[in-house]
Amino acid sequence: MSSGNRKVVITGIAGRLGRVVARHLHHDARFTIEGLDRRPFPDKPKDIVHHQVDLRSKKARDIFRAGDVDALVHMGVMHDPRRTPAELYSWNVGGTAKLFEYVQAYGVPKVVVLSSANVYGPRPENPQFLTEDAPLLAAQRFPQMRDLVEIDHIASTFFWKARDVDTCILRPVHILGRVHNAPSNYLRLDPTPTLLGFDPMVQVLHERDVAEAVACALAPGARGIYNVTGPGEVPLSVILRELGRRTMPIPHPLARPLYSLAFRMGLSSYPVPELDFIRYVCMVDGSRAERELGFRPRATLRETIRAVDDPQ
Amino acid sequence: MSDWLRRRLDRAVEHRLGEDVSSRTRALVLRGNEYGYDSYGLGRDHLKMAALLAGWVYRHYFRAESFGIEHIPTSGRVLFISNHSGQLPFDGLVISAACFLEPPQPRLVRSMIEHFVPTVPFASYLLARWGQIIGTPENCRRLLEDDEAILVFPEGARGISKPFSRRYQLEQFGAGFMRLALATNTPIVPVAVIGAEEQAPAINLKPLARLFGSPSFPVVPYPPFVPLVPLPVKYRLYFGEAMTFTGDPDDDEDVLEDMVKSVKHRIESMIHLGLRERKHVFW
Repeated sequence: MSSGNRKVVITGIAGRLGRVVARHLHHDARFTIEGLDRRPFPDKPKDIVHHQVDLRSKKARDIFRAGDVDALVHMGVMHDPRRTPAELYSWNVGGTAKLFEYVQAYGVPKVVVLSSANVYGPRPENPQFLTEDAPLLAAQRFPQMRDLVEIDHIASTFFWKARDVDTCILRPVHILGRVHNAPSNYLRLDPTPTLLGFDPMVQVLHERDVAEAVACALAPGARGIYNVTGPGEVPLSVILRELGRRTMPIPHPLARPLYSLAFRMGLSSYPVPELDFIRYVCMVDGSRAERELGFRPRATLRETIRAVDDPQ
Repeated sequence: MSDWLRRRLDRAVEHRLGEDVSSRTRALVLRGNEYGYDSYGLGRDHLKMAALLAGWVYRHYFRAESFGIEHIPTSGRVLFISNHSGQLPFDGLVISAACFLEPPQPRLVRSMIEHFVPTVPFASYLLARWGQIIGTPENCRRLLEDDEAILVFPEGARGISKPFSRRYQLEQFGAGFMRLALATNTPIVPVAVIGAEEQAPAINLKPLARLFGSPSFPVVPYPPFVPLVPLPVKYRLYFGEAMTFTGDPDDDEDVLEDMVKSVKHRIESMIHLGLRERKHVFW
């Protein structure tokens, strides 16, 4: 290991967000990047080493065995709503548990886990801004979110248990950009379905600001659980107007049956329980990340919203 | 289609608003982002509609009169504590309208709405656009720390749903508002509302309330027999001098009880004064 050059292993590097984060950290001379993903990483920069292996495999353990890994960024969470719950659970929860096992066994001093502000869950009785101490109630209404909540719980348990490892859990709000996550995909629909009579306030974050937040969390000594917020909050309708989308308001009692039908017929890939995200408020207070990590979003609100239409 | 409707509505509102109300809307101190919304979902453009409705209800429907306007602070955090009555929450609307229309510098007062409101179509976002917030202590604390004005009815549902026979008798006050005031060092302005009790003289049918699982089932002696539209009573509002308290917000209920009682007594005496001065319920 060359001095001053920290070796960072990134899981899920081949995903779109993974590539954004990898490029951002790659520009920073302090880091040497290694990728860990089951998928290939075709257009990777030359000096990034990519291990195309399964998180749960023996080969993944070998990456850590040498003991020269300085940090792990875990963002290899699979969201594909078409996979079976058992497969998702084994990959997401099983894989995360394995990773923490390697971290502890081979003395990795720093772990950054990319969770999500969605783990709090959209609920009508939510306060306007949830702090990091709020309970993670998303799984109460969506069994599909159980994996995400469980990963967050595994990470926070590890944070309390392994005091010698600097664990950072980041819970970013809706990430917008070229990424293919649920909020960006949703905003790319035209006409965009909305729920008649509902227009919740939402928080958005530019994909490049996520990478910046990860970089902030990699700073030596940073540890804790942090909500990561973007440049502000706006009603959903304002975002859709800014993007010039036509809207298709659907009465909410009809939306559920219609969408589950469309989902089963393969016409829509919008997971039905996530309709609550366009109905209720799920916003977080990001002041702790600003105070302790020194994170500040660079993109303006308008840039962040428009990022979903950036050329692919 | 919806854009066309929205534009028509905007023009109509602008036309009816009148110079006084529209300059007051502009004079309101709001913290909005580049799209004109604050972080609680309040929008300056939507506020015009609310100002128009509230102004009409305040001036023409209830012909409200306010006393003690000088006690409404022009800036800084403040908690308005009031009696709650009349089956329908028009007392909140009238107090907010008074703080917007009467003082030299208009003040935006936010009141706390029930937790079920976000599940109701349209109400879910319209109330937020007009500055109302979900009634959680976290929201309240955050807004007070940002030097905003908040209206709290410590009697809650007990107050608003009490039957006509117990009019102008205050129910038990919760201590939550006092904890908030102590924690955030906020002055309390007591408010007495006279008139709301008579807007829907109701009796409470307890068996039906139990049947529907609602806190009360009020019945009024005129069609449609449930309180939907209030009678055009005359409202009188009394704003009292600001009260400040010091103490530990996490103290026992019985320690806070004395401070809560002093606010309650102040409101009671303003109610008695208002009832003595009133000549008639409707004018």
